[in-house]
Amino acid sequence: MTMAIPSFTVETRTRASTFSAIAVIALLLLAFAAPFIVSRGVIQDLFFILTMLVLAQNWNLLAGYAGLISVGQQAFVGFGAYTMFGAVILFGVDPVVAILIAGAFAVALAIPTAFFTFRLYGPYFAIGTWVVAEVARLLLAQWKALGGGTGTSLPRDATRDMMGVGFMRDLFGMKTSEAGDALTYWLALILVIATIGFIYGLLRSKQGLGLAAVRDNEQAARAVGVDAMRMKTFVYLATAFMTGLAGALIYVQKARISPDAAFSVTDWTAYVIFIVVIGGIGTIEGPILGVIIFFLLQNLLADYGSWYLLMLGLLGIAVMLFAPRGLWGLFSDRTSIQLFPVRRVLKGGPLNLTHKGGPHG
Amino acid sequence: MALIETRGLTAAYGDFQALFGVDIAVGTGETIAIIGANGAGKTTLMRSISGVIANEPASILYRNEPIGGLPAPDILARGIAMVPEGRKLFPSLSVEENLLIGRYGRTVDGPWTLDSIFGLFPILKERRSNPSTALSGGQQQMVAIGRALMSNPDVLLCDEISLGLAPVVVRDIYAAFPRIRETGASIVIVEQDIAQALKVADRVYCMMEGRVTLSGRADDLSRDDIHKAYFGTDHHELA
Amino acid sequence: MNWLDTILQGVLLGGLYALFAAGLSLVFGIMRLVNLAHGDLIVLAAFLILVLATTLGINPFVAAVIAMPLMFAIGWALQYFLLNRTLGKDILPPLLVTFGLSIVIQNGLLESFSADSRRVFAGRLESASVNLGPVTAGIMPLMTFFSAVAVIVCLNQLIYRTSVGRAFRATSDDPVTAGLMGIRPQRIFAMATGLAMVVVTIAALYLGTRANFDPTSGPSRLIYAFEAVIIGGLGSLWGTLAGGIILGVAQTVGAAMNPEWQILAGHLAFLAVLLFKPRGLFPRAVD
Ligand SMILES: Nc1ncnc2c1ncn2[C@@H]1O[C@H](COP(=O)(O)OP(=O)(O)O)[C@@H](O)[C@H]1O
Ligand SMILES: [Mg+2]
Repeated sequence: MTMAIPSFTVETRTRASTFSAIAVIALLLLAFAAPFIVSRGVIQDLFFILTMLVLAQNWNLLAGYAGLISVGQQAFVGFGAYTMFGAVILFGVDPVVAILIAGAFAVALAIPTAFFTFRLYGPYFAIGTWVVAEVARLLLAQWKALGGGTGTSLPRDATRDMMGVGFMRDLFGMKTSEAGDALTYWLALILVIATIGFIYGLLRSKQGLGLAAVRDNEQAARAVGVDAMRMKTFVYLATAFMTGLAGALIYVQKARISPDAAFSVTDWTAYVIFIVVIGGIGTIEGPILGVIIFFLLQNLLADYGSWYLLMLGLLGIAVMLFAPRGLWGLFSDRTSIQLFPVRRVLKGGPLNLTHKGGPHG
Repeated sequence: MALIETRGLTAAYGDFQALFGVDIAVGTGETIAIIGANGAGKTTLMRSISGVIANEPASILYRNEPIGGLPAPDILARGIAMVPEGRKLFPSLSVEENLLIGRYGRTVDGPWTLDSIFGLFPILKERRSNPSTALSGGQQQMVAIGRALMSNPDVLLCDEISLGLAPVVVRDIYAAFPRIRETGASIVIVEQDIAQALKVADRVYCMMEGRVTLSGRADDLSRDDIHKAYFGTDHHELA
Repeated sequence: MNWLDTILQGVLLGGLYALFAAGLSLVFGIMRLVNLAHGDLIVLAAFLILVLATTLGINPFVAAVIAMPLMFAIGWALQYFLLNRTLGKDILPPLLVTFGLSIVIQNGLLESFSADSRRVFAGRLESASVNLGPVTAGIMPLMTFFSAVAVIVCLNQLIYRTSVGRAFRATSDDPVTAGLMGIRPQRIFAMATGLAMVVVTIAALYLGTRANFDPTSGPSRLIYAFEAVIIGGLGSLWGTLAGGIILGVAQTVGAAMNPEWQILAGHLAFLAVLLFKPRGLFPRAVD
């Protein structure tokens, strides 16, 4: 016997989301076809955008949903990249396989990291993650087989004979370098889809509800039986995995590594934080919007060097103060459009105390 | 002329309205009591007057000046001090320091100094260098009252000073009130213990669900009236 | 290798780290704010001292004395107009705003002073040293250490013996009730950050005179400061000094074994403390 489920299901689908589902499919088809349509330079730009998006989605999941504010995600980018280099150079593993190994190693690093840093109170957790990234950088700089402090390059034939490259060369008549770029691009695209799919699925699941509860009030969440620590650990390890994959993939494409670059707090954490904050923290759409804005700003202002970073910093501060839910937040408040509706529609919101005695203005 | 007056005072916590047009007046040197069941809005009224909650400026007048919009430090500077519900002593400060902090924002001359507070509550002198957390509930309440007095206020607001204390301790604490009255200060006492309130106050306001339901001279009010105003019904006997 | 000497140098280096950390510790103690731009503010103060010393042609110690009120004003304004707006239950806004600030300061300094390494010259003091029996200690490292001790004594006097210090502690306990005492938490916070910047200026003086610095030196100073605070245990300035000393000794011992291991050894000591004593070596009884 079937039974109509009464209207108690919590509504997360909106009309915009049905429309956007169709748009997303069309966009994905187009994205997969891109290497046949646009130039190699554009593909490289798209690769950059996609990999930054993966990092941003992961940082957003950590900070925006799990309340784990890390400024040490470069640890997993760098460690993933170094693992990939090690596997390729020392063991002759195919770079594509090495990327997966890198993800696993990033998780292996994340376990002790979580063990240490989860002992630190909120804001100090942030600096703790940074220390771990520094330790990883300093240790890898001691590894002479991978070039020590100055770093090393991937052997040329490793990328040339990479899994799939020969196949694409024969099938599509691409040049080797073109095929390499197309391959890394497709991998990045798949990684983006998998990351967003995972996060979207997680947030819509029962665990996602628990996560929101943990973020909003850890004690209350514990009272209703959500194991905050387990949730946080799970999210931390999952983001380490995906960040490690992204790091390895980025460095397959770069083909040259050094400890300072692979563990750069600016490249892999500061930029990522700005992308998420400017786009809109705590939404899936935010980082997507943020990475596009970031890319445009970078192309517009890259010639200005440190002025560019200075401006990005100011913009980030301004957004945090005046539009804490980012540009996407402003947009979706005006239009009520959500592409990835994960927020359960529940009108009212928390009590807004009109306190003035507290820290007073 | 009233020293403090509220006119149609409303207050809300977010969407939840806690006060609906409260009118009270406190004369110079007068002691009034505000009684009412849990959740009636007494604390909200005290928080409004003392500036913890922001209100419409003209809804609270002090010496005919609108003060409803002022923050707590400005209210204290004008001479209104509060003994908050639950005592709220500073755990990082010793007993003496808790008293001294009472005159951080207002250092006018008057009857109350560290010595005269120790005269009022001698036990505090013995325990002056203890952390405030090491004191019994009654002693903590004495510190909270002393702390408010240190600013030599013209108006002393006391929110449920007998809460959670044994009757003998309550008696000790209320024994200090005649001395406070002698200094000419006006006193507002929030109490759930009706008998106690009627004993110390000149006039009484009874509140229920954010409104004043009864007011009058303490000796004029009948048990029945109070009962009705307190519980909103006349079917039960007052305990 | 002279172990005694290595350890002595480490202890003295710990004084510098305690100076880095004292401001961070003070601000955290009063408003639970962790300023990720703390290291960059130290570097900013070092540049300020450098500019004052070179343009006015004065001794760096005099320059630091002039820089102190300026840095106090910067800290006061920064807290009052910017950071106070970020305080609340959510730790995200203050962290992200101070992280943004760190990037802004670094790149502002890069634009103004280029990426070159700088140094503040302290004249003959730099090479002067005293003989302490089996070991010798540089005058500057000794001054650094004793400045750290003096700063901690002064801060403790201020916090535990003055009316402002009482207000600091009361506000830290409960800002709403502090308001009822006539304390304006916003101003207390601004004063605390201003004060932290005075300590930062002292730290900057010794940072600038004992080694090279450049606009990107900030983050590692933040990390050392943070490690000293955590090793010592939150809430006690003497603990922070002890934390600084442990970090300093770990670094000099590491460096004595292999110069490349200096920083790494410090981090490993920090992780070891975190492993065995998660609340630090000298935590305050309860919080
Ligand atoms: N901080 C707050 N947030 C939301 N509601 C509150 C808050 N404080 C009090 N209330 C509500 O306001 C009403 C009046 O409370 P209160 O003034 O504390 O009453 P009383 O002091 O008479 O017991 C109650 O319904 C209470 O639940
Ligand atoms: Mg109450």
